[in-house]
Amino acid sequence: MRLAASLAFAAAALFGTAAQAQVNVKIGVMNDMSSLYADITGRGSVTAAKMAVEDFNPAAHGMKVEIISADHQNKPDIGANIARQWYDVDGVDVIVDVPTSSVALAITDIAREKNKVFLVSGAASSDLTGPKCSPNTVHWTYDTWMLAHGTGASLVKTGGDTWFFLTADYAFGHALERDTAAVVTAAGGKVLGTVKHPLNTQDFSSFLLQAQSSKAKIIGLANAGGDTINAIKQGAEFGITAGGQQFAGLLVFVTDVNALGLKTSQGLVLTETWYWDMNDANRVWTKRWQAEHAGKLPSMVHAGAYAETLHYLKAVAALKSAADGKAVVAQMKALPTDDSLFGKGYIRADGRKVHPAYLLQVKKPEESKYPGDVYTVRATIPAEEAFRPIKDGNCPMVTN
Amino acid sequence: MLLMFEIFGVPSQALFGQLLLGLINGSFYALLSLGLAVIFGMLNIINFSHGAQYMMGAFAAFILLRNVGIGYWPALIIVPIVVGATGVVIERLFLRRLQKLDHLYGLILTFGLALIIEGLFRNYYGSSGQPYGVPESLQGGRNLGFMFLPNYRAWVIAFSLFVCIGTWYGIERTRLGSYLRAATENPALVRAFGINVPRMVTLTYGFGVGLAGLAGVMAAPIYNVSPQMGSDIIIVVFAVVVIGGMGSIMGAIITGFALGIVEGLTKVFFPEASNTVIFMIMIIVLLIRPAGLFGRSA
Repeated sequence: MRLAASLAFAAAALFGTAAQAQVNVKIGVMNDMSSLYADITGRGSVTAAKMAVEDFNPAAHGMKVEIISADHQNKPDIGANIARQWYDVDGVDVIVDVPTSSVALAITDIAREKNKVFLVSGAASSDLTGPKCSPNTVHWTYDTWMLAHGTGASLVKTGGDTWFFLTADYAFGHALERDTAAVVTAAGGKVLGTVKHPLNTQDFSSFLLQAQSSKAKIIGLANAGGDTINAIKQGAEFGITAGGQQFAGLLVFVTDVNALGLKTSQGLVLTETWYWDMNDANRVWTKRWQAEHAGKLPSMVHAGAYAETLHYLKAVAALKSAADGKAVVAQMKALPTDDSLFGKGYIRADGRKVHPAYLLQVKKPEESKYPGDVYTVRATIPAEEAFRPIKDGNCPMVTN
Repeated sequence: MLLMFEIFGVPSQALFGQLLLGLINGSFYALLSLGLAVIFGMLNIINFSHGAQYMMGAFAAFILLRNVGIGYWPALIIVPIVVGATGVVIERLFLRRLQKLDHLYGLILTFGLALIIEGLFRNYYGSSGQPYGVPESLQGGRNLGFMFLPNYRAWVIAFSLFVCIGTWYGIERTRLGSYLRAATENPALVRAFGINVPRMVTLTYGFGVGLAGLAGVMAAPIYNVSPQMGSDIIIVVFAVVVIGGMGSIMGAIITGFALGIVEGLTKVFFPEASNTVIFMIMIIVLLIRPAGLFGRSA
């Protein structure tokens, strides 16, 4: 009798400690599920995060991972409310993705205040690792500085030395225009004019006419999604490209190229950090991703959501706890990154993940051999040059 | 010869171009607000699914081209009929039951339908849009001296003017139109003359929805064909209808074109306000003339 009791006690103690040792992680994927960025981010990022959890295999590390998701509708107030609710009430440890820079900038403050983790893939503003950098935030896939330098510098080098900007009138557009204009002028080019249009503009003809009469060689599109598509589509109609001016898509995704068709978008130069058809590892991953999104193409944001989630889980496994957000991010920076999509790399002190970027050009319709075969790789920008040097970022965390 | 002068630092040439562009955008506002005005004026339904039906028009054109190989010109006839037919079904199944209730019920129903339709298309086609080119015969454009006018835009402005005036004539000047107007005033009396009023109501709704579908086909070659293209434009169109006067056919047409011009000019002088200027005008009009510029006060 006494023996049985002590056995039971021992068993309880054993199982008790086992239960305590299990680390529970709750991941919240927040992005645009229902509007213009839903294809670039949306459900595809949730799938990517799930794949990261699968590949990480939490059970083998004594961890349990749960994923939830929400739609922030590209509104900072809604995004901030969800973030507070998730961090405070729902026990979310890490928020992933978050396109739309204004929303991401709001959430980076909240993550810091609550000492949780924020992994950015969808948002572009380079302020996230600049003046607004935070010990709780990692910015993975791309940013406005990298887009500006990738596309801007290369175009000025090849003779595109006068620019006119069509800029989306919110944080992201402003940051992208500012960063690109700096690159253009530094390389000896000139900015002839700029026009700021509201987000989700249907008709760009007025703006295009202004761009046309500026006689600038390059029309820089500091916008994204449907705005970029409408501008390029109507630009073709108004004879912009036929008249010798060239569009520079400062943030163009593979889904945008599909929406335009190769006939309209051929020749467009752009920069991305990941392209599904670049190597075998990417193609294998894409095939897995497409099991849930038949007929669609994953964007670099999806790839980033996968890679950052995987690296986060590795850091939590090393610490055996997800409780202290600052500590987890510090661990993420200490661990070198290694995944099948972005290869080996690292996260800098200011929270910027560093990897190569690719200057791509949209193929002519006759060069494309199968659906999704849209880019030629023009150049590879090495990791060290692809992103803003840490000393130029004005990140208060980085002591000079 | 063109006059050369400057207004607030903008050369006259650029200004003429912007006026013309405003007129082109105005023709979309006019076509869409016309459909809304017909539906509201004749049936007293505030059709919030109008934007979704416009989007269906654009998608129908895209589907015809990609899946069946039918191009722009046949689509211009087929699509309004198909989209109009879905309107007939909606009227028969749902709207008819709300006829005797407050306007708000119809508004909420059509709003819900719009969300469902948009959601279905997004689920199937994604949010980034589908390609649709300008038809072969309307590619290119001509140089007007003050601007480059794409042929397709010239066609849009001419054809929508034709449709707008045709619709206005049909409703205000023909016998059929007079039956329709009489049926709105006093359905019981019109029925007593042996006219099938419920069928007329169904067909009128179908016609209004068909107009939205037509606008969608015309928009497909120049705007991104995406599930949210309707919700981007519908709020503006409602403002146009309110400014013109709910239910006034001519009011909807004139205000549509006029506000297109105002918006176009705003895009030159203060681009950041280009999507709010219409609402500012709406507020002013509502304060001074609550029934709208062309509306009869209730």
